[in-house]
Amino acid sequence: MWLIDSSIGRKLIMSITGIFLVLFLVFHGTMNFVVLFSAEAYNAIAGFLGANWYALVGTKLLAIGFVVHIIYAIYLSFQNQKARGGESYAVKNNQKSVEWASQNMLVLGVIVLGFMALHLFQFWSKMQLVEISHKLGLDNGGDLALAKDGAYWVKHYFENPVYSVLYIIWLVALWMHLTHGIWSAFQTMGAGGNIWLPRIKVISSILATLIILMFISIPVYFLLGFSI
Amino acid sequence: MAKKQESTTVETTIDSKVPAGPLAEKWSNYKAHQKLVNPSNKRRLDIIVIGTGLAGASAAASLAELGFNVLNFCIQDTPRRAHSIAAQGGINAAKNYKNDGDSVYRLFYDTIKGGDYRARESNVYRLAEVSNNIIDQCVAQGVPFAREYGGLLDNRSFGGAQVSRTFYAKGQTGQQLLLGAYSALSRQIGKGAVKLYARHEMLDVVVVDGRARGIIARNLTTGKIERFSAHAVVVGSGGYGNTFFLSTNAMNSNASALVQMYKKGAYMSNLSYCQIHPTCIPVHGEFQSKLTLMSESLRNDGRIWVPKKKEDAEAIRAGKLKANDLKEEDRDYYLERRYPAFGNLVPRDVASRASKERCDAGYGVGNTGLAVYLDFSESIQRLGEDVIRARYGNLFQMYEKIVDENPYQTPMMIYPAIHYTMGGIWVDYELQTSVKGLFAIGEANFSDHGANRLGASALMQGLADGYFVLPYTIQNYLADQIQVPRLSTDLPEFGEAEKQVHAKIEKIMKIQGDKSVDTIHRQLGLVMWDFVGMSRTKASLEEALAKIKAIRHDFWTRVYVPGLSNDTNIELEKALRVADFIEIGELIARDALMREESCGGHFREEYQTPEGEALRNDEEFSFASCWKFNGEDEEPILLKEPLIYESIKRQQRNYKA
Amino acid sequence: MEKSINITLKIWRQASPKAKGEFVTYKLDKVSTDNSFLEMLDILNEKLISERKEPIVFDHDCREGICGMCSLFINGHPHGMDAGTTTCQLHMRRFKDGETITVEPWRSKAFPVLKDLRVDRSAFDKIIQAGGYVNVNTGGTPDGNAIPISKLAADEAMDAASCIGCGACVATCKNGSAMLFVAAKVSQLALLPQGRVEGAARAKAMVSKMDELGFGNCTNTGACEAECPKNISISHIARLNREFLSAKLNS
Repeated sequence: MWLIDSSIGRKLIMSITGIFLVLFLVFHGTMNFVVLFSAEAYNAIAGFLGANWYALVGTKLLAIGFVVHIIYAIYLSFQNQKARGGESYAVKNNQKSVEWASQNMLVLGVIVLGFMALHLFQFWSKMQLVEISHKLGLDNGGDLALAKDGAYWVKHYFENPVYSVLYIIWLVALWMHLTHGIWSAFQTMGAGGNIWLPRIKVISSILATLIILMFISIPVYFLLGFSI
Repeated sequence: MAKKQESTTVETTIDSKVPAGPLAEKWSNYKAHQKLVNPSNKRRLDIIVIGTGLAGASAAASLAELGFNVLNFCIQDTPRRAHSIAAQGGINAAKNYKNDGDSVYRLFYDTIKGGDYRARESNVYRLAEVSNNIIDQCVAQGVPFAREYGGLLDNRSFGGAQVSRTFYAKGQTGQQLLLGAYSALSRQIGKGAVKLYARHEMLDVVVVDGRARGIIARNLTTGKIERFSAHAVVVGSGGYGNTFFLSTNAMNSNASALVQMYKKGAYMSNLSYCQIHPTCIPVHGEFQSKLTLMSESLRNDGRIWVPKKKEDAEAIRAGKLKANDLKEEDRDYYLERRYPAFGNLVPRDVASRASKERCDAGYGVGNTGLAVYLDFSESIQRLGEDVIRARYGNLFQMYEKIVDENPYQTPMMIYPAIHYTMGGIWVDYELQTSVKGLFAIGEANFSDHGANRLGASALMQGLADGYFVLPYTIQNYLADQIQVPRLSTDLPEFGEAEKQVHAKIEKIMKIQGDKSVDTIHRQLGLVMWDFVGMSRTKASLEEALAKIKAIRHDFWTRVYVPGLSNDTNIELEKALRVADFIEIGELIARDALMREESCGGHFREEYQTPEGEALRNDEEFSFASCWKFNGEDEEPILLKEPLIYESIKRQQRNYKA
Repeated sequence: MEKSINITLKIWRQASPKAKGEFVTYKLDKVSTDNSFLEMLDILNEKLISERKEPIVFDHDCREGICGMCSLFINGHPHGMDAGTTTCQLHMRRFKDGETITVEPWRSKAFPVLKDLRVDRSAFDKIIQAGGYVNVNTGGTPDGNAIPISKLAADEAMDAASCIGCGACVATCKNGSAMLFVAAKVSQLALLPQGRVEGAARAKAMVSKMDELGFGNCTNTGACEAECPKNISISHIARLNREFLSAKLNS
């Protein structure tokens, strides 16, 4: 199967899952941004993401996307490492035009993944997971009422500047991952030529920056001493 | 020595196998009547092709397409690196796309005239005839020739012609044509029709019962000596320019295959015709390894000059004076002075000799004194820097990279360098040498350029030989060979040849002297340049022969080759080549001494017009010299192929008015 | 004007493909800055020979930046630190007096070291043999002007075709990917009507051969483009991806 055993096929999988995750981020980021203006509105949107069937399907798809993206990333990195050969360069430099992020996507990915575990624990496990457990008749000790009040958790965590700073670090890593990832996905899918390549790069950078600005505005807002 | 030559000259008729009939019909007649090999027999015939340049790669690919088994050898790591790749300008063809009056006849005529009437008429006509097919072939292969906005092929004009017939791909035409031939070759390698032996160097031809039947080659990675047999051997190994050590040739370009063929009975022809290119970047110092060519087009807008006063030249050489410090009246625009009609655009050989004359007289510039100025200041003033940048930007950049001077501000420095060699192995109309079954193609043979090659004609000849001539003519030979079974390499002739090769290598390895191979090669190059270079005299050539003899002695007693013979050994590779360059150098000098006239790339000071132009002697020297090997340490025998002109009237070249 | 510098060289020496290699340090004094980098190595080799030592093996041929034979990895860059330059076009004036210069061979699984700084790049030939050509025999081709080709397409094809097959892209790529090399050929032929005909088959065959030979996966870092001595753009890689994906989706 060429999606597994050809290099471009494998990269296509990375691109499609990557773009899928970007779409999720766009949605998630927009939702988050709302919390700065209205906690009720935020909770209303979050309410859609409870233990509803469509939210569950979406969550599963998302999880699959993540897992495939990660597995392929590891697989590709392993292959690439092998292709480098046994001996590595004693001195290796890059030209200035080579973005740092592009050379360190796996590292950035691992950082993003690590923080995501924290994030899932802090939010998802207190919200959707509680609702799911409740629906299944299991009790994981979560408070169902608080599970429906996302804004409470936002406030709860971000009022602690340590968490705000941690989230900012995470988002910067994610931003770097995206600045390379988005245009790279288009490139792999065959978009662009000598005229559109620079345009795609610019559009991708703008998109990546917008997404991260939406996310990062919240911890920054709290760090600046405001609250919701 | 000259006296002895008379006695060794044996008038033997040489059969060039030119077909009968009017000039324009010879090739058609030949093709109509030649013998062919039927497809089922082709599979049983093996052909060895040496070299993967334009000629070698196109021949190997075309022969394999026809169904022959081809064994293809090159010394580089891949066929794509052959030195044809470095050709810049373009390739000629008589397409007449410009409607400017071009025709097969005109291309033929220009080539003959450009070659100073020293080429074989029938070969040149055939070359002009197939030139158009080459363009079609290359386009079909996906060669990205330059195009006009309407989508049709673009042409540019080139020296020596009054029409625009040169097709080009940026300044990298050779590269693109070679990559086209390489792709055709790769296709056949992929199909298994060609077996490629990269990093293999041919060290001898094996002749069995008077026919070339194989080669001995050295695997350059392992050092192993290997035997290969075939029904015919084709050599497209390029020219012998590196005899001069410094040339525009690649570092590994060599003439060893030519020497091996010569020693097995193939005639060496017209070696004195060496083309010298006037616009090369000058030598910077002792360790210079090669010379870089800059396109001749620079002379369209540059003015060539040296200081008028010797003391100014001396001050410049000492670094006390700069070119720009010299006032207009202190500059000697010697080409404009000597050749008012053509000025800076005189042909390559004339321009080259004129700059050597000035430098020898003590007016040269640069720290070595072996350079003249090529000045764009007037053009920049007249046209603006932007126009000059658009025309020559990449060349200026290349110059600045190498010399570290900005040619927009200070005049460029240039000096002539050996660029192409017209002479080579003698071949008949079928491109077969005087040894049956042994063929020579491309720059390796002597055939189509006479005493001087026109720009954009080398690519044309290499591809013509490989794509459209040899695949026909070799069948005329092979048709008789279909009964010959695949030869065993266990034949005593192979054993003997291999033994000789081993002995030669052993001999070199055992010398363990005190001189590096390059030291000796540099010595040879200096002698060649000083005594057998741009202008020669009887005395200089005789001195050269004596000096080369001494160098040969030096080589065989003092050379030092480190390492092992059965391993990668770059010094051994070079040593084997230099041993052969010494032989070639001697033959060049001998040929130049014999040819008591000046023509094209061969200038004898004794034979010039009162104005200092080349003076041909058609009465006595209208022949191709064919030097026949007569044993080691024996003088070779000179045979002559008379050049008969049926369609063209000979004229003296004149660039003054 | 002529100047000279003293340098220290750290050069990779390896006797054979299987042997263990190591860096050997050499000092070279009074090197004229007008020398090219390879001429500097010539001088070093002459010095080694005069000391009755084996010279350093490195690939080189035309010394004018077109044959693609030279290959050295100099101070962390293929063909040295200058962009758009081959090793043979690099000059000693780009180095400082007293500088230590590290010279390594191309390193990639698909380019095994043969001796010292010389590597085996025949994998590139094998990729071309798999499909880097137009299937036409000699003779019987239509007139060169039979099919007009837009100047833009011809020029872009020429840009791609200027690849010299040196392998710097693979050498510098952290993934050891040959995508730029393959893309240059696929793109050149895809842009021209003569090559367009077999575009799909060519892309599949060449990519499959490239993968088989152990080159890595392209992650669009652009290091290849930045180091390519002929400045070949990674936009050709986008075209290769397009060619390959549409070929696969349509088969």
